[in-house]
Amino acid sequence: MSGTAHHHDNDFLFKYIFSTDHKMIAKQFFITGSLMGLVGMLMSLIFRLQLGYPGESFPILESFMGNWAPDGVLTADKYLALVTLHGTIMVFFLLTAGLSGTFSNLLIPLQLGARDMASGFMNMLSYWIFFISCCIMMASLFVEGGPASGGWTIYPPLSALPEAIPGSGMGMTLWLISMALFIVSQLLAGINYIVTVLNLRTKGMTMTRMPLTIWAFLVTAILGLISFPVLLAAALLLIMDRSFGTSFYLSDIYIAGKALEVDGGSPILYEHLFWFLGHPEVYIILLPALGITSEIVATSSRKPIFGYRAMIGSILAIGFISFLVWGHHMFVTGMNPFLGAVFTFTTLLVAIPSAVKVFNYLTTLWKGNIIYTPGMLFAIGLVSTFITGGLTGIILGDSALDINVHDTYFVVGHFHIVMGLSGTFGMIAGIYHWFPKMYGRMMNKGLGYAHFWLTIIGAYGVFFPMHFLGLAGVPRRYYANTEFPMFDNMYDINELITLFAILAVAAQGLFIFNVFYSMYKGPKAPQNPWRSNTLEWTTPVEHIHGNWPGEIPEVHRWPYDYSKPGADDDFIPQTVPLAEGEKDEGH
Amino acid sequence: MLNLLILIAVVLGIIALSKVVKVLEQASTVKGVQPYEVTERDNKTQANLMPVFLVLYFAFIVWQLVAWGDFMLPEAASEHGVVVDGLMNTTWIIIIPVFVITHILLFYFAWKYVYNKDRKAEYFPHNNKLEILWTAIPALVLLILILYGLSIWNETMKPLTAEDDPVEIEIYARQFDWTARYPGEDGKFGKADVKLIGGVNSLGMDSTDQNSWDDKLVKAEFVIPVNRPVQFYFRSQDVIHSAYMPHFRAQMNCVPGMVTRFNFVPTKTTEEMRDITGDPEFYYQLLCNKICGAAHYNMGMEITVVSEEDYEEWLAEQKVFMTVEGNTSAANETTTETEEEKNEQLSSL
Repeated sequence: MSGTAHHHDNDFLFKYIFSTDHKMIAKQFFITGSLMGLVGMLMSLIFRLQLGYPGESFPILESFMGNWAPDGVLTADKYLALVTLHGTIMVFFLLTAGLSGTFSNLLIPLQLGARDMASGFMNMLSYWIFFISCCIMMASLFVEGGPASGGWTIYPPLSALPEAIPGSGMGMTLWLISMALFIVSQLLAGINYIVTVLNLRTKGMTMTRMPLTIWAFLVTAILGLISFPVLLAAALLLIMDRSFGTSFYLSDIYIAGKALEVDGGSPILYEHLFWFLGHPEVYIILLPALGITSEIVATSSRKPIFGYRAMIGSILAIGFISFLVWGHHMFVTGMNPFLGAVFTFTTLLVAIPSAVKVFNYLTTLWKGNIIYTPGMLFAIGLVSTFITGGLTGIILGDSALDINVHDTYFVVGHFHIVMGLSGTFGMIAGIYHWFPKMYGRMMNKGLGYAHFWLTIIGAYGVFFPMHFLGLAGVPRRYYANTEFPMFDNMYDINELITLFAILAVAAQGLFIFNVFYSMYKGPKAPQNPWRSNTLEWTTPVEHIHGNWPGEIPEVHRWPYDYSKPGADDDFIPQTVPLAEGEKDEGH
Repeated sequence: MLNLLILIAVVLGIIALSKVVKVLEQASTVKGVQPYEVTERDNKTQANLMPVFLVLYFAFIVWQLVAWGDFMLPEAASEHGVVVDGLMNTTWIIIIPVFVITHILLFYFAWKYVYNKDRKAEYFPHNNKLEILWTAIPALVLLILILYGLSIWNETMKPLTAEDDPVEIEIYARQFDWTARYPGEDGKFGKADVKLIGGVNSLGMDSTDQNSWDDKLVKAEFVIPVNRPVQFYFRSQDVIHSAYMPHFRAQMNCVPGMVTRFNFVPTKTTEEMRDITGDPEFYYQLLCNKICGAAHYNMGMEITVVSEEDYEEWLAEQKVFMTVEGNTSAANETTTETEEEKNEQLSSL
């Protein structure tokens, strides 16, 4: 016993800190990403207070925010700072690194039958660069002038000129450094995921026997690998403009009492570069969430996912089209109207594979035998948010309609539901489902049920009314809607949204409690708690290096043989050889 | 002190919750069921909550429509706006049934097919006919929407020609206000350059360009005539702004270093719109709709739409900006200055 403890002490640093084990790195991404997400969520609560009760004093704000909220009222420029960091953190730190970092790391080797990632060292490096990036982003909260405040898209010249907004000084520099590191971290991770999926599949694990989670992670990694370098380039050019006197993005500017010596640049160039990443980024968030949902819906319905090949096809189609639609963020930038027409066409095409996915989920539920685990509830919630948010995308993607709702709360409602909620629901569903694999213990289901219902009520309560604000013409990123009489009616709507936001945030307290309680006190997990087919449930509950104590199991069938006629059980793990004359759907 | 109390309350709450969870989990173990196992009762409860939630969700949406329907933008006040609203309504007519039907199916299936240990799920891995069907139908519907949308987009974005006899206005944005410039009787805007900005010459107008001599600038409010095309040119001095005129279904970004354009035909005067909305205080609003700095939320300008005659009258009353030689406006005294003097005068402004 003491020998083990001694061994443990020696290895502490390498087991918990500089681990190259994909399971530990997955947990590191989960905890770090979620902590960032918690900060991002609390930020939204602070600015929701201002929007719901403009100008009212909340002394508690002053007590921890100091001169950001003199007399308990958030100032206008710090409001923008919080909006900016909320967006940055949620999109990149929680739903990109947190989501992919957790589940790609955990599941790619486990579901494919690999001992670890192709490069454990690169994987560790990816996490630690991400960690430094988080630290720098958080540090930017404490510098003079405050953190970046130009919106998460940081369009220059607002982000390029400290004279334009206080956050474009040191805060913006740190934002750019943090994001540059973040991109490096994502690239290291992405290459690793792709190589592992392509090369380290166990015997019998053909591409069409891979669970849909892995397909989603693979395409996500490819998207990231192609698009993130473009953002890095955009960021580097912005750094040059800010610090070294170039004018890639700047031209004809007069600010703070003087004309700047900049000429010939174009802010529109930045927008093109940004959205070339920015749009695929939406699918970098969505695809893993959809992959997780596919897995959970099939397992919990005790039924094969309907249209496995169509699901793969739709993932590939969405991934491909996502590179051809970035211009729909720029319909009203003065871009050539012909380009606008092209982007409308490609954008609305995305609805086709998305519709296929929704119909396939519905058909999977049809005549299923549904077991309501908390993970399944969130998966069903995701299907609902994906439909609700996806449909309003048909309005925003149509250039003629976009003119009038562009940059209004209609957009805020749309992308929070389709990307924010779907991404978060997918991530939470995944945590409930794979918690036993991550921590060897089970989460509390009662708290999980309460968490789901409060969250979906709170979330729709926050984001659905935003469509109405948008249709009333309320622009986003307004510190208050008090300055124009045409928005006088919006007071009650904003107050209602804020109340629902408080409910939704409070509900996350249940989840945080559940995670930490279950991590230490939860009941010990059985090896295959959801009676699932995939390979990760054939590994021992206690984590070991190399994942399987003996030989890596061989795969004989696709992962969705649930309730197959002729079988005694309602599931047949992938490791079970095909019976005489039995047909494999995946091969 | 209050913060400390809140902290203590939170900590006590967490401890209490842990105890409750522990007791419940032990109670379940005593009954011989693992606390994490989803029981028949759990399944029933969750399945029954599904339709309850769906009804609540739909009821919430209907309530919002009833309570807030009147707060939405009034009918479009521009020619293309009416067409755009038609497209919007068509799109809603397509979207809403899809939304309702898929949600009913989702929550109905979730309720109906709850776990029953005596039943086996249907093994239904794929069906090519179904999959082709629900790829083809969305594709067809979207194709119609795309063609319909693009025809309107192309029409809306079509540049005006001289035959349209447009009113030309330059909308100039800076942190944090708007200026509207009318080209004056010559119908031409004078040149401008950021390097000439100074004092009251906030647009950097070039006094050496004769076209600028009769240009008129207005702030806080600008006026346009009804039923005549208005050609807008947008410029910005510092960061990206966006000129958003929601009542006209019009929006275009103002980007430093370039001139962007938009045109529309206003169809309702401010007075007419006051009758329609029943709001005697109603006026059209230009808003900034691209994050531009701390006072972004307060950057607006009023728009007044009047009859052609009232417009001409109003425009004649506006003063030209530069009081320099060659000025054709009667509202200004003619002076006899040299080019140099003019520049001097401008730089001292």
